[in-house]
Amino acid sequence: MNFVVELLIACALVVSGVFGLVGSYGLVKLTDTLQRLHAPTKATTLGVGGVLVASMIFFYAKTGSLSIHELLISVFLLLTAPITANFISKTYMARHLKESDLPDSQTACGWSIYDEPPESRTGS
Amino acid sequence: MLKRLIPHPLLSLTLVFVWLALVNKFTVGNALLGVLFGVVIPMLTAPYWPDRPKISRPLKGFAYVAIVLWDIVVANVQVAAIILFKREKNIRSRWIVIPLEVTSAEAITVLAGTITMTPGTVSATLSADARSILVHCLDTDDVDAVRDEIKNRYERRLKEIFE
Repeated sequence: MNFVVELLIACALVVSGVFGLVGSYGLVKLTDTLQRLHAPTKATTLGVGGVLVASMIFFYAKTGSLSIHELLISVFLLLTAPITANFISKTYMARHLKESDLPDSQTACGWSIYDEPPESRTGS
Repeated sequence: MLKRLIPHPLLSLTLVFVWLALVNKFTVGNALLGVLFGVVIPMLTAPYWPDRPKISRPLKGFAYVAIVLWDIVVANVQVAAIILFKREKNIRSRWIVIPLEVTSAEAITVLAGTITMTPGTVSATLSADARSILVHCLDTDDVDAVRDEIKNRYERRLKEIFE
């Protein structure tokens, strides 16, 4: 493996390490649960992404064939991270916030955590 | 007949591709097994998927993915900068209400996911009639600018892809 490849791998690993650390530090520094949600959903995406890029370069240099596993991992990560964040925020809102704490929804119905959808309201 | 055998062609295709990517080696046996999964799994899960997602312009989807991937990188740097260099009391978090124009469930799901992954915003919940979305913004002065950017950059493109 030549120097340039090793340099690229090292850079990707360092970038991912830095972003992973910043994301974790964000969890400590930010105080509000909803603010804390921003740190792991974003800063850590690049953290994991960096490791995956490094892994792809490494195996391409070593075996000469492209490894697809890393692409799949990033796809699964991008699919699951928003859903987790959404569930955490919904749980937090249901337990700690009242409808009056939130801005108005600007439609006929309120927010789905506190209000029934229109069909079931007319049906019952 | 074909419609009963393959109720969701797109799902079947995705399953075949994901299976081949998981085994990481293309052989005839693997391809056949992938096709088998692509046929059996959509049949077994058909009750959970009453409607087929309508994708009218799939090519625009690739452009959308590219834009979002780039925005995720930018978002990472921005949020890292806020965490590292902003004092805690200077971080002004706000709620943003975004009225939705897209109506299909798939488009709204993709939009909510995009909002969470991109600069400084996390989608929190939908209104009960799914006509507006509540977004939590980590640090902003201009609520209207954030709302307009999400509407122009993401929702407009999703509307073209799904409707």
